[in-house]
Amino acid sequence: MIAGWWRAFRDYRPGLAHQFESAEQQREAASLGMWVFLATEVLFFGGLLAAYTVYRILYFDAFKAASHELDVAIGAVNTGVLLTSSLTMACAVWGTQTGRRRAAGLFLLATFVLGAVFLGLKFYEYWHKAEQHLVPGHGFHAAQLGLPEGRWGEAQMFFCLYFGLTGLHALHMLAGMAFVLGAVLPSFVGWFRPRNHGFIEGLGLYWHFVDIVWVFLFPLLYLVSRHE
Amino acid sequence: MSRARPRAKDRVDDHRARRELPPAIHYLNAEYGIWSWLFTRDHKRIALLYLFSITCFFALGGLFAVAIRLELATPAGDLVSSDVYNRLFTMHGIVMIFFFLIPSIPATLGNFLIPMMVGARDLAFPKLNLLSWYLFNIGGLLMLWTVLHGGVDTGWTFYTPFSTRYATTYVTEAALGIFISGFSSILTGLNFIVTIHRMRAPGLTWGRLPLFVWSHYATSLVIVLGTPVVAITLLLVAAERVFRIGIFDPAIGGDPVLFQHMFWFYSHPAVYIMVLPSMGVVSEIVATFAHKPVFGYRVVAVASLAIALLGFLVWGHHMFVSGQSALAALAFSLLSMMVAVPSAIKVFNWTATLYRGSIAWDTPLLYAMGFIGLFTMGGLTGVMVATLGIDIHVHDTYFVVAHFHYIMVGGALMGFLGGLHYWWPKITGRLYPRFWSRLSALIVFVGFNITFLPQFVLGYQGMPRRYHAYPAEMQVLNVMSSAGATILGLGYVIPLIYLLWSMRYGERASDNPWGSAGFEWATSSPPPTENFHETPVIDRGPYGYPHSEGVPGGLDALPGEQESGSLGLGGAPPGFGPGGAGGVSGV
Repeated sequence: MIAGWWRAFRDYRPGLAHQFESAEQQREAASLGMWVFLATEVLFFGGLLAAYTVYRILYFDAFKAASHELDVAIGAVNTGVLLTSSLTMACAVWGTQTGRRRAAGLFLLATFVLGAVFLGLKFYEYWHKAEQHLVPGHGFHAAQLGLPEGRWGEAQMFFCLYFGLTGLHALHMLAGMAFVLGAVLPSFVGWFRPRNHGFIEGLGLYWHFVDIVWVFLFPLLYLVSRHE
Repeated sequence: MSRARPRAKDRVDDHRARRELPPAIHYLNAEYGIWSWLFTRDHKRIALLYLFSITCFFALGGLFAVAIRLELATPAGDLVSSDVYNRLFTMHGIVMIFFFLIPSIPATLGNFLIPMMVGARDLAFPKLNLLSWYLFNIGGLLMLWTVLHGGVDTGWTFYTPFSTRYATTYVTEAALGIFISGFSSILTGLNFIVTIHRMRAPGLTWGRLPLFVWSHYATSLVIVLGTPVVAITLLLVAAERVFRIGIFDPAIGGDPVLFQHMFWFYSHPAVYIMVLPSMGVVSEIVATFAHKPVFGYRVVAVASLAIALLGFLVWGHHMFVSGQSALAALAFSLLSMMVAVPSAIKVFNWTATLYRGSIAWDTPLLYAMGFIGLFTMGGLTGVMVATLGIDIHVHDTYFVVAHFHYIMVGGALMGFLGGLHYWWPKITGRLYPRFWSRLSALIVFVGFNITFLPQFVLGYQGMPRRYHAYPAEMQVLNVMSSAGATILGLGYVIPLIYLLWSMRYGERASDNPWGSAGFEWATSSPPPTENFHETPVIDRGPYGYPHSEGVPGGLDALPGEQESGSLGLGGAPPGFGPGGAGGVSGV
């Protein structure tokens, strides 16, 4: 029975949905749909980034001191990891478009692994912050920041935004990784073809978007006045 | 009245044809059983699922309104405690805004009609469309759960720090309910944008789109760009309650006014999510019942986009007394007044469309006329409250309550009822009783004005909103308002009864009972699952009526008077179908 399921899985080919006239129309609709979805995501992160801007202007000194507590080396390595994963994702789209289905599958797998490395390093950072008592709440203790105790609240605000923004980003990574992993096997067996690659293309757009969000978050959170 | 004869003739033709042929297969009888509805991907069936859901929520929100008006019938706070009263007006606002008004027209009429108006078989993403209905109901059930556990007492605006720190009601659950249903409206907006861009039939240029589609395009832009902001804002409120610390918390330097900015960035444009689709409905109704093309089609279409754009630049007018700079207040005041320009353009153009039209006083037009009058009053009082000096006087009084009810109920709800009556024959294939429907349109109009006109006066006299007790000298106007609400409630119950009745016993409708030139009337009533049997080719605008000199595709005869030999196509105007000459061969 399992062999039968495997054969059905292997031979399945997504076709043209009934509402579309042509494969081209279907692909264009999927692509535009993803762009519109990414516009909603920009506004979703935008709310938090607006709050970040307001508080950074109000409490700049505390933000600078708190930002210097973040591990810029791990952040930089993670930026490299994520940019590389965008490269492998772009290669997966290229492989699908040109009919190299095994290459596409391998690139998807590489994208997933790089995403996992990123989240692993991120988790290590979170754990380290918990050890340093820099998680907002009752246990928050920021003697090392050099701020008077009356202004620890402002540093907590920074860490609220740090955990909020990077946490939201990590959730988006998790969702993207689930889809990337799910696409590996179908890509190997040839579900996606050069004329029908809307799904992989949309997934690629999403992955690049999550990557770009991090490109903004890294300087905003890790590099506040690092040059001084 | 000149329209009565062709309509009657259509019906006769239709009956004769139906006796000779086996019953047509349409979207309602193509499949049977509960699963054929719960797993449907047909936009028309999903529209009906939505109609069922929002009717339930409308009834729930209406019950809260009944309790509020009962309490306010006497000056003393004697029916419910102030605590219960807080929960009543909060739940009334949340249920009516997030679970009725925002999805009302887009998710039902928009869902049903947009694919038909662009000549497509379905929306671009039918599965997402079904998912959006499930998300809406999950969010709604969460809200229902909070109602059953006593509701929320923060006001529908969830102002911090009360909502984050002090409220002991189920604020987190309510915020999550709105968060989830917000995604259902995002999916609907996304689906509309992609459908309007990518699924238009051959020949259907942007300049030939019905104004209903234009207004939904503008609405979708507001939904897609606004809803994510309120989603993250309410998520932050929920997180602040769960973790007991967050970015609006004054204890760590958080600013509650920042919450107001983020909340109103969506919640003001949300008003346009409610009223823009209604404007689209009114444009269609006015053209059909005046038998004229909409005056200044392009300007009306662009006015929708202008309202959507300006709507994002005026949120600060909710915060004139919350502590924002005088400069910001001035700018928001000026921008708010500018919204009146595209709104007035629409009102004037509808009036110009009616001017010298051959007008048929059917029920949908009664609602549309009601909309034009009530929306004008709501809009003009909107300019008043956008004026800084007046707003400081009437802020948080019944003047504001009356103003936004004129927009939301007098505008959005009248448009919904008008649209429902206009497209009911297309949706169900049945006609409703003319007498009862016209009577109930009148009752709604009269009841609405008796309810909310006194509230303008009350507010100007200084009666604050959100209090369950008031000085005795204000009782006369409050009793008037409560009495009007009773009449208004009756006006909502009557259509519920006769519309349900008509689904089984109503007279069968022809394909185009109003003699409209709209694309959706060119297919059968009810339409087949795939909307059109063949992809239509369109070579004219949506308002091809006889007196339309200079309008491409203007007709020589009234659409309803066209002779047509084939079943159910009698009402279809020429120009819709391959070749486009005197027939609907594409249908």
